[in-house]
Amino acid sequence: MTLFFSVLTPFVGAALVALASRLGRSHSAWAAGAVTLAAIAWLAPSLHLPFGGTTLIQQYDWMPALGLNLAFRLDGLALLFAGLILGIGLLIVLYARYYLSERDSMGRFYSYLMLFMGSMLGIVLSENLIQLLVFWELTSLSSFLLISYWQHREEARHGARMALTVTGLGGFALLGGFLLLGHIVGSYELSVVLASGDLIRAHPLYLPTLLLVLLGVFTKSAQFPFHFWLPHAMAAPTPVSAYLHSATMVKAGVFLLARLFPALSGTPEWFWLVSGAGLATLLLGAYVALFKHDLKGLLAYSTISHLGLITLLFGLSTPLAAVAGVFHIINHATFKASLFMAAGIIDHEAGTRDMRRLHGLWAFMPYTATLAMVAAAAMAGVPLLNGFLSKEMFFAETVHISETLIGGWLLPALVTLAGALGVAYSLRFIHDVFFNGEPVDLPKTPHEPPRWMKVPVEILVVLCLVVGVAPAFTVAPLLAVAAADTLQTPLPEYHLALWHGINPALVMSLIALGGGALIYLMRRPLFAWHERGLGRLDARIAYNALLEWLFALARSITRLLDTGSLQRQVLFLLAAALALGIAPWLAGGTPLAGNRAGLPLDAVSLTAAGALIVATFATVWWHRQRFVALVTIGVVGLVVALAFIKFSAPDLALTQLSVEIVTIVLLLLALYFLPQHAAPEKDRARLWRDGAIALTAGAGTAALAWAVLTRPYDTIAGYYLENSVPGGGGSNVVNVILVDFRGYDTLGEITVLALAGLGIVAMLQGLQLTAPNRDAAGRPWDADAYPVIMATLTRILLPLALLVAVFILLRGHNQPGGGFIAGLITSVALIVQYLANGAQWTHQRMASDSHPLVAWGLAIAAFTGLASWLFGYPYLTSTYGHLNWPVVGEFELASAMAFDLGVFLVVVGATLMILLQLGGLHHAPPKPRQQH
Amino acid sequence: MEALIALVIGVLTAGGVFLALRGQTFPVVLGLTLMSYAVNLFLFVMGRLAIGVPPVISAAAEGYTDPLPQALVLTAIVISFGMTAFVIVLALKARAEIGNDHVDGLQRDEDRNA
Repeated sequence: MTLFFSVLTPFVGAALVALASRLGRSHSAWAAGAVTLAAIAWLAPSLHLPFGGTTLIQQYDWMPALGLNLAFRLDGLALLFAGLILGIGLLIVLYARYYLSERDSMGRFYSYLMLFMGSMLGIVLSENLIQLLVFWELTSLSSFLLISYWQHREEARHGARMALTVTGLGGFALLGGFLLLGHIVGSYELSVVLASGDLIRAHPLYLPTLLLVLLGVFTKSAQFPFHFWLPHAMAAPTPVSAYLHSATMVKAGVFLLARLFPALSGTPEWFWLVSGAGLATLLLGAYVALFKHDLKGLLAYSTISHLGLITLLFGLSTPLAAVAGVFHIINHATFKASLFMAAGIIDHEAGTRDMRRLHGLWAFMPYTATLAMVAAAAMAGVPLLNGFLSKEMFFAETVHISETLIGGWLLPALVTLAGALGVAYSLRFIHDVFFNGEPVDLPKTPHEPPRWMKVPVEILVVLCLVVGVAPAFTVAPLLAVAAADTLQTPLPEYHLALWHGINPALVMSLIALGGGALIYLMRRPLFAWHERGLGRLDARIAYNALLEWLFALARSITRLLDTGSLQRQVLFLLAAALALGIAPWLAGGTPLAGNRAGLPLDAVSLTAAGALIVATFATVWWHRQRFVALVTIGVVGLVVALAFIKFSAPDLALTQLSVEIVTIVLLLLALYFLPQHAAPEKDRARLWRDGAIALTAGAGTAALAWAVLTRPYDTIAGYYLENSVPGGGGSNVVNVILVDFRGYDTLGEITVLALAGLGIVAMLQGLQLTAPNRDAAGRPWDADAYPVIMATLTRILLPLALLVAVFILLRGHNQPGGGFIAGLITSVALIVQYLANGAQWTHQRMASDSHPLVAWGLAIAAFTGLASWLFGYPYLTSTYGHLNWPVVGEFELASAMAFDLGVFLVVVGATLMILLQLGGLHHAPPKPRQQH
Repeated sequence: MEALIALVIGVLTAGGVFLALRGQTFPVVLGLTLMSYAVNLFLFVMGRLAIGVPPVISAAAEGYTDPLPQALVLTAIVISFGMTAFVIVLALKARAEIGNDHVDGLQRDEDRNA
């Protein structure tokens, strides 16, 4: 579990860090540092394993049926990245403590940072691809929070949104790619995928898989043409930029290239796509970086360029190129993090990042200047620094590859040009900022930063230097395991050293250094030329135009389908349902009626059906006279209840009857506030159209019912009928199904009812409706609101009604009845009290709040289910026994009856809650202005 | 008898659909109520029609009808009450906030001035 806990620590830590910020500003920094150290500590016992050639895999079942396991993997590559994420993360925590100002919330910053750190750690330590993708998306989300940390700034919000859009799009493509990979290989486990390279490359789905995965990689790692989000993400606080754009976020893309290298690389498609994008990005980034006046803008494009370099290396597909790629990942992370931090210090102490104003800072901060200059020299690839070593390997590889390509000389030429541009912008960073005259109009007088703000930069710069001078004694073992586990094969022969003799790579390095210096000297004419031409191009314009176009498209489609009229939507829905229902009728050749013998007709049924049909027509005809319609619909409900009695469903009849009463009371209450008459509709055509649709729907359902009823069928009822008494302990099978066989469904249903009640309460909260003081015919209401005879009668009836309810509840397990019916009867009895005596009178005698009833009911029902766990049975298993009570005799007690009690309470509570809220509306104190 | 029940279900559906297509909230609620009658009856008769054989186990019973559709419909009746209540309260809320009882929930000029 150690790997899992290491990933989990930052997530849990995020909450702790946020809490710690209440104690004081430094506390959350300390907490964040502690969390990072704890994550390292969880990894520490396994750190030696990759060096011994072992890949540690820890796996736990999560959703085994879906092939999803929590699976973590620690090999050389994962170790390298975990080291970068946690190590540089620790330095960032320290740095940010001094960077953030008094106005910035420390807790929020460190909390987001921890979330991001955990997500990154999750990516690199994942063994399962789907799990990797989850963390991948989490980095997109948490980086969104980090980039938009200064929410009050518009460019921060825009930059964050752009980063989220682009990387989110890539994440979506990546999901598709992973699903295809899983489909090809038959497993989402990396160990299997990495071992199936030949299978994947030979598969017909290889190209779509590759394209989707690369889309994810290129968007994340800001490869051309998706590079444009990265510079805009620079609106983030500098510690965030230093973390996201050196060691983490953008490195997730190249990490994936390295991770899937054995599975996907080695084909012409891979070569051209990956190295093509890499080369374009390398050149473009280096070119644009030179012309950026913003310090962070320069670093952003330089990051894009270096990511292009790494991508190009992996694209070349040779083992040696992959080793160089891994090496450059390490080197770039160290020098770029330190450069960003240095840029942050300069911004912090000088108040601007504009290189047209920052000059001659050497005089003000020589120490920081030295650090920044060493790091920038590493970025330029100056000998004795780490950047030089990996750049040498890179140059050597391009020369090596070019021998096998037609027109191959172009590749070394272009990368040398990119190298020269890199030297030029590094020179600009050094010369423009620290020398080149006096500062122009700075907001603050620059000075050295606090001692501890420099420490992270010092550590990184020392690393650049040590690796650059003595690579074999420092980085070599780590690079060896990381590269070996990237390739999943034994390492190729390579030699980490400063001096390899005079070879093409060295010549290219020298040309780049010289050429870079030359370009920098010629910068004035170059700048002028750039401003006139290419400088006007901005990918953001194209992005915004595309986004606008998409929004417009979405709007027009929405307008086409949704006219804003619910009435029309219902019409479309019904018409579609009719079309779908009618089509099979037309196509099929089966006769409508089956051969099952029917029941004979009788006069009573005919009369009742006639009454129902007349009442239905009356409801439709008089629906504008709303009270009349309410009476006629009551008749319909009554006949339906009679039908239930007729066809052997006493439980249904009881339920239908009591629901009918509650529904009518509800509709009456509502009608009090709704218009009681409606104007006749003028649009005759619409009436005819709706009539036609209604008749078709009616004919269709009638035909369907007829077709079913005249056919014999198989039922699973036998099981319930046989097991009801021996298994459920009750002879009313319907009730036993509700509270026992399908108890879990019933629990869901009463939850829905409770939610409907709560929803209604929430909707009615604070609602002000003007109650009319006259009825529909314009007559004033009767002054005698609570007639004496009715009030007296209902008071006498209440105990009787409650007794009936208890009786129905208790006998429900064996005779028609049960919690639903008893609950409805109780509600009716109580509602009648309100109707006859008024709310005030009733509330003096009864608690007015029915929320507790609902809560208790749900709790009892749920607890009855839990109780069976205590005895080792599945949830909601019921039991029963027979008690011999003195006098009463034998009495059966089933645990399902407790469940039914829960049902009862919920039904009573929810019904009362709904009706009392509605009824209470006009008792709300009227607004003063209505009292004139 | 089967034909009669089928006819009843058809009539209830037709009435329900016609009312559900009206523009004001109250007829729509009536229409939904009619439709739930139709649907409940339809579901119930899927167990076929049988007279005098309720699914209550006893020694004297001659037979039993299918209890499963009954159990389904019983909860459906209660749930449709919850739904009716929710919809009608939604209609009230809309009436209070936009000043009319049209289902489209759009504010009309004459209501705003009223």
